[in-house]
Amino acid sequence: MWRIWLFKRNRPGKKNDISSGKKVRLKIPYLGFTCLALFFFAVIFADVISPYDPYEGDLINITLPPFWQDGGTTAHLLGTDMLGRDVLSRLIHGSRISFLISVGCISFYGSIGVILGLISGFFGGKTDMFIMRLTDFWMSLPGIIVLFMLASVYGPSAKTLILTFGIMGWPNYARIVRGECLSLRERDFVRLARVAGCGNLRIMLSHIFPNIMNTIIIVATIDVGGIIVLTATMSFLGLGTQPPSCDWGLMLAEGRQYITYAWWLVTFPGVAIVVAVLGFNLTGDWIREIFDPKQKLR
Amino acid sequence: MQGYILKRIIIAAFTIFLVVSVVFFIFRMGAADPVAIMLPPDATPKDARILTEKFGLDKPLIVQYWNFIKRAGHGNFGLSFRYTEPALKVLFARLPATIQLGLVAFFAAVVIGLFIGIISAVKPDSLIDRFGRGFALAGMSLPTFWVGIMLILFLGVTLRWLPIAGRGSPLHFIMPAFCLSLYPIALITRLARSSMLDALKSDYVLMARIKGVPEFNVILLHAFRNACISLVTVIFSIFGYLILGSVVVETIFSWPGIGRLVIESFFARDYPVVQIFVLFVTFVVVTLNLIVDIVYAYIDPRIRYR
Repeated sequence: MWRIWLFKRNRPGKKNDISSGKKVRLKIPYLGFTCLALFFFAVIFADVISPYDPYEGDLINITLPPFWQDGGTTAHLLGTDMLGRDVLSRLIHGSRISFLISVGCISFYGSIGVILGLISGFFGGKTDMFIMRLTDFWMSLPGIIVLFMLASVYGPSAKTLILTFGIMGWPNYARIVRGECLSLRERDFVRLARVAGCGNLRIMLSHIFPNIMNTIIIVATIDVGGIIVLTATMSFLGLGTQPPSCDWGLMLAEGRQYITYAWWLVTFPGVAIVVAVLGFNLTGDWIREIFDPKQKLR
Repeated sequence: MQGYILKRIIIAAFTIFLVVSVVFFIFRMGAADPVAIMLPPDATPKDARILTEKFGLDKPLIVQYWNFIKRAGHGNFGLSFRYTEPALKVLFARLPATIQLGLVAFFAAVVIGLFIGIISAVKPDSLIDRFGRGFALAGMSLPTFWVGIMLILFLGVTLRWLPIAGRGSPLHFIMPAFCLSLYPIALITRLARSSMLDALKSDYVLMARIKGVPEFNVILLHAFRNACISLVTVIFSIFGYLILGSVVVETIFSWPGIGRLVIESFFARDYPVVQIFVLFVTFVVVTLNLIVDIVYAYIDPRIRYR
């Protein structure tokens, strides 16, 4: 039964028929926009909307549960942690840390990676060889190891984290761009462009680059969310931002010891991470579908 | 082809040598004095001197480096400061646990990811496609360590169904393996779907259908084989992720593997163990890259090498 379903051709003209010329209407990702709006609202207005100072403890009101549970008060909507700090305020201020670390890193190393990948895949030969060896060398240093090394020299901190991501991020882009570029440059339209008298730079930028844009956007999309997760992960392991920072990963690490009776300390920071990452991922997908020339042209 | 492979192997070996050197210098120059950390507080300066000499830390850096390379050639990477055993032995003792967990997660990811990905591409907007897209989104958006903690909170602390830490029975595998494979499944599903969709839209698939090739063969022999090209790199890159992931997952679930070992060793400033971890991981990754390069040249004849 399922074989019939799977191997029957999709009927032409139906909405799941990918070979038809009809353009599929784009769904606007309201959930993604909401998450992203929430995230940026927190980033921009952190000082205004957070009810308490995120670093100021109140030792009388330690480990208060969220307001809907017994013992919780509406004064601390999402409860307090083991030092009596307001969880909501810490979450709001934590968004700034995620934002600064992720967006900065990606625009920085993304551009390095794309440029090197294009050069490598297009020119081939010795250039390709050199850049790919550099990439291999770079990739064989796993990010966490570079973090170990930098952290042992400078001590674990947000700066070390940014430095590590900045240093480590580009080979992935370079490799993927180069892979695409390698098979694109053998295609007829590139050869024809060469016959038509286009220079190297022109072929790279206006013939090859638009064709790999799709891939770059997918990778960058995965990355913004990915960096937020990675930042939190490293802070969770104790290799990133240090106390009393309100990084979401650090909050989780601190709350983990109290997991048996203070569930809100390990739950809400994770929810905050998911909201931010979901916002970037969904919006990124949407952007990809807009800018995808293949889907538009068909 | 043989000359090409040989060249790749030589370059890979050189890469490993470079990493060994960089790792050595960065660790020795940047890190705090390990002797001070190892000794109990009531140790005399004489004890410190003896220990320093025992580990060869009193010699000039360049001599230390030469000794390190010489010993590395014999497979001897120094004693672990913490266990006073060869670092390699300490690492290998913990390795089987990590490999077990990693392989379970890897095969789960490849099988489930490809299965969902291909069906999603063949039947867009079907129930499986929607489920697959939702799952891929969840896998990308949910941080591994938080999923782990939530699983511990619900299945371990509240419901008491699964053991929350350690290794032993097959039950111990469920939560860590699920956590570790969540992101790879999402990644493979997503890429398998998008590259299959691209392949199915192409002219050679249309041609195959015009020829009257059965749909099963069109999907697996024509579309999937071409979609594989971009998938190969991703599937191999998963091993790199599994190494980072194992550090996180093993820390959360107290899994006695090398990921947890390296975190413990880092905070105890036990450099030989951290070093051996770095070198081991380097070796694995360089070897995998070598395999990817060779496989690439075989499966995609459009990619021409000199």
